[in-house]
Formats: sequence, structure tokens, C-alpha cells
Amino acid sequence: MLQGQKISRQSQVTVGSVPSDQVRAESTERYALSAQEKKHPTAALLTVPVTAALALGIHLFVAKNEPPNESRTYTIVLGSFFAGAIVAAVMQRWWPALQTRMRRFRPLFTVGVLLLCVWEVITSGFRMLPLPYFPSPAGVVQSMINDRGLLFDSTWHSLVLLLSGYLLGVVAGLVTGVCIGWSGPARYWGMPLLKVVGPIPATAWIPLAMVISPSALISAAGLIALAVWFPVTMLTASGISNTRASYLDVARTLGANARYLVFRIAIPAALPSIFVGLFMGLGASFLTLVVAESVGVKSGLGWYVSWAQGWAEYGKVYAALVIMAVFFSTIMTLLFKLRDRVLVWQKGMIRW
Amino acid sequence: MVASSLQLRDVGKSFPAPDQPLTRRPVLETISISLEAGELVSLVGPSGCGKSTLLRLIAGLDFPDSGELLVDEEPISGPSAERGLVFQDPNLFPWLTVRRNIEAGLAARGVLQQKRSEVKEFMRLVGLEAFADAYPHHLSGGMAQRVALARALINHPKVLLLDEPLGALDAFTRMRMQDEVLRLWQNRRTTMLLVTHDIDEAIYMSDRIIILTQRPGTIEQIIPIALDRPRDRSSSDFLSLRSEILELLHFAGNRTSEVTA
Repeated sequence: MLQGQKISRQSQVTVGSVPSDQVRAESTERYALSAQEKKHPTAALLTVPVTAALALGIHLFVAKNEPPNESRTYTIVLGSFFAGAIVAAVMQRWWPALQTRMRRFRPLFTVGVLLLCVWEVITSGFRMLPLPYFPSPAGVVQSMINDRGLLFDSTWHSLVLLLSGYLLGVVAGLVTGVCIGWSGPARYWGMPLLKVVGPIPATAWIPLAMVISPSALISAAGLIALAVWFPVTMLTASGISNTRASYLDVARTLGANARYLVFRIAIPAALPSIFVGLFMGLGASFLTLVVAESVGVKSGLGWYVSWAQGWAEYGKVYAALVIMAVFFSTIMTLLFKLRDRVLVWQKGMIRW
Repeated sequence: MVASSLQLRDVGKSFPAPDQPLTRRPVLETISISLEAGELVSLVGPSGCGKSTLLRLIAGLDFPDSGELLVDEEPISGPSAERGLVFQDPNLFPWLTVRRNIEAGLAARGVLQQKRSEVKEFMRLVGLEAFADAYPHHLSGGMAQRVALARALINHPKVLLLDEPLGALDAFTRMRMQDEVLRLWQNRRTTMLLVTHDIDEAIYMSDRIIILTQRPGTIEQIIPIALDRPRDRSSSDFLSLRSEILELLHFAGNRTSEVTA
């Protein structure tokens, strides 16, 4: 909610810094609300609390034939969600930022909670799916809490491995990408190598990596770096070599030397393309991380998933998957935030 | 010394034909022009006659196949901050704010620290102080072109090359900008070479008009404009010069035959 305030303040500043009558019409708030939506009937306010209450009711009804401690935990989770929804519904009257957010996310939350209900009904309710492969949401939450120490540890190890591999790959990719994009000889020799070696999925190198690397951790970091290196190099090179010639011409007539042309003209001009590479590389790094952890490295969320699967503890498998989803999407969001900050000059031009 | 003289001697330039890479097509032939320091000269000619190529040669962004180009008697060996260039498209760096775009010339030469005070002066000169922190995509065409002019002027170029800088602007903005460019020229007395396809603009602004022929471009005629400044776009002298030039460019209807005969 604080984030929401910050974002709206930022956009006011950038738009407000230029007198609006002389400004080219800028497309305003994407999520602008129509006048009708601004009306806020009590019925709409109650959607989320009511759905949460429904979920709680279904759970209490279904949980009779479940282990008691498992159902108690899930009762607490749903109960606190319900309480939170009520508090939010009351608070929004005095807190405009919260109000906007709630209006935007209400349908999403409602459907999300309903899906949890459906999951619980078909698992613990009617036992339509075979155990132990499909535990109930209560079982997953319980696994998450029971095994929180190991899960936290695994997440931490995954984070360290992911970041070291990703940053290594990004740095290497930026260097090779700028060289290939800028210099003719580097392009001549680098491009064929890139075109032949790049498309091989990094995970296909696992057998070789196991042989040549002193430790599984180092080889995993290297593989992640390789997976990131290819898209980053490709898109950096293409961004650099597609720098508008007229920008370079203008800079030359302003007295720019080669260094200025590369670092102050070509690289900034290539940034939108570089960010596409960073996003593609991030996706590739998630994949490589999980595969590397499940086959070689003895730690991290990927290892945890296959270890839990080995014990047929599917509750833990799903718990790890949920954590992975939160973990990866948080990192993705951080990269989006970085992009919004770096590419602020494109505001109103990009939509992805 | 604010301005430089400029000499072009028998300059020729050809480019590979796009469809037959092995043959070269001449774009400019035997161009000889001499500009005195502080002169404002316009280049007029049919499209594709090599006007922009000529400016690129003078800017040092391209090299001639034959002939020599001299600035203050020194041959041109490459781009230099002493020869500014403004294109029809303002080509502002979109990742920099207006202020940083204007500073770019100082930053590129590594003298930003010493000369930062001039940035304000140049923003005032083109009336853009209020937009210092705006990004280029917020600017209208006329404002963007003013930033481009300020960016070129901040290096105090001794020669300013203008490649249809006002070509993309609407008629009113254009006339206002012509006055602005003239004001800048009169204040700074920089040598200016202006490519334009607008005869009125050429007559209104320049000391001399150089008319180029169809490709390959050669000099068809050089017309001195002896009208007093500030010029009146509707005076009879202005209008008669205008029809004279239109005749030269074969746009004067049925009188064309007399001229070519």
C-alpha cells in the first residue's frame, strides 16, 4: 500500500514538471477508473471478507475428517485473512491509497480465495484426487510451517546461487554484447560463436560441467551465468549495433571521442533492448537454477523439491513450489522496478 | 575569432548504387564554394541533389572522393566540435533531459565542469529554462529543434551547418524559428550554411543562395541577396527575387522555356 502511494506520487512529479498545455498528450493512468467505478457500495466492499468467511466455513465443515493440527493451522491462516479483509474494508474509508489498491485487486483476491475453496473441496472434501500426490491446501500450509527452517535455508541458498550466477552472466553478457555490437572484428568472430553455442540450453552442459568443475556449486553458478550470458549478449549486441546512426553523427559533431560514443550514446540507446535481454536471462536463470539444484547441488529449493518428492512428501513439494513462485516473482518485480527507474525517459512509450 | 571561412575546391563524391554494388553513382561533382567568415549561405536544389551529403562532408562525417575542403585554410580531417550540425530531425538524445542534452557537447569534450555556467545561458537563449528537466518526448517539434540548436551552439562552433532544420515545422513555427536562427546568427556571427527546400526561407535568411542542379549535384548558380535586414517577406524586391529563383529551378510555369533556351 505504501508502494502504491509512492508510484502515484512519482507519476505526478514527472507529468507535473512540464506545463501540460505545451506537452504532447501523454497517455495517463492505465488503470484510471471510470466515474461509475468510483462509487463504492457497501456490497462491493464486503466481497473479499464474505469470500474469506465462505472459505473459512467450508474449511471448518470439511476439516472434520482431517488431522486436527493441520486443520487448526489453516483455520488460523484463513481466519487472519478474514480479519485482515475486514480491517482493510473499514480502513479504506480514511486511506485513499488503500482504497485504490483494494478496488483494483478485489476481483483477483475474490477469485483467488474461491480457487482455494475449490481445491479444498475436491481434496479433503470429496477426496477426488489420489493421496499423497494431491494434498489439501491445509496440508501444504502445515508442511510449510513444519519445515520452515529447511525451507528458509533452501531459499537462502537458492538466492545466493541465483544472484551470483545471474550477476556473473549479466556482466559477461554486457561486455561481450557491447564488443560484438560495436566493433567489426569482434562481431565477425563473436557472432558465429554466439549463434552456434548460444542456443544450446545451459542445462545440456551439465555433464561437462560436472567433469570440469571442482565443486557442484561453482559449476551451477557457471551454468546459470552461461544461460544468462546468451540472451544478454544477443540483445545488447543488437541494441548497440542498432543505435541510430544520427545520434552517433550528432555526438561526433559535438566533439565526442570513441569512449563517449560507446558509453554515453550507444549503451544508453541500447538500454531498452538490453533490458529485454536481462528479463530473458532472468527467466533462463530460474530454469537453470532449479535443474542444477535438482541434479547436482545439494541445497536450494530445486534440491528441496526433488528431495521431498523422494520421500513422497508432496505437501512439502507444493510448499516449495509456492515459495519458489513468490521468490522468483519478487525478483522479477525488482527487475521491473529497476527498468522503470532506468528507462524513465521512455515513460509513456513502453508497454510491457 | 568566432567564425571560420570555408573553402570547397572541386569536391566530388559518389556512393555505391543500391542495386549494383560495384558501380558508383556520383552525387556531387566539381563543387567549388567559398564562404567568408560570418556569412550565411543557403543551399537550394531538387531533392537528391546531394545537399545533405555536402553538409556531411563539411562536418567531417564523410570524406570526398576528390577535391579539398578547407576550414580557415586547414583541410577537414574528421568531425570536430568547431563545426556544428543540426538535422531536420532534432535527434535529441531521448535518454537525457533537456538540460543534459544541451550539456552534451561540453560533456563530450570533457569541459562540463569548467563551463557549466554556460548551460543556463544557452537555455535562456532558446527560451527553454522551464523545461530543463523534461525529457525530449515531452517537447513539441519547435521546442525540440530549439534544444538541438542550443546543443549545437554550446560548443561555440565556428561553422554551423543546418540541414533543413526547420523543414518539419508548421508554417508559423517555422517563420518564428527563422527569426530566432537569424537572431542567433547576428549575435554570434557564426558562419552558417543552411540547406533548405524553401525558397522563401533561403531569401529571407541568407547573404547568398547557391542553387544546385539535379543529381549529380553541381553548382547551377550563386545568387547574392542584397536586401536589407530585417527583410520583408512581401516586399516587391523579395517577390521578384523569388520568381527569379523559381525560374532557375524550372518551377515558373510557361516561362521555363525562355530560361532554359
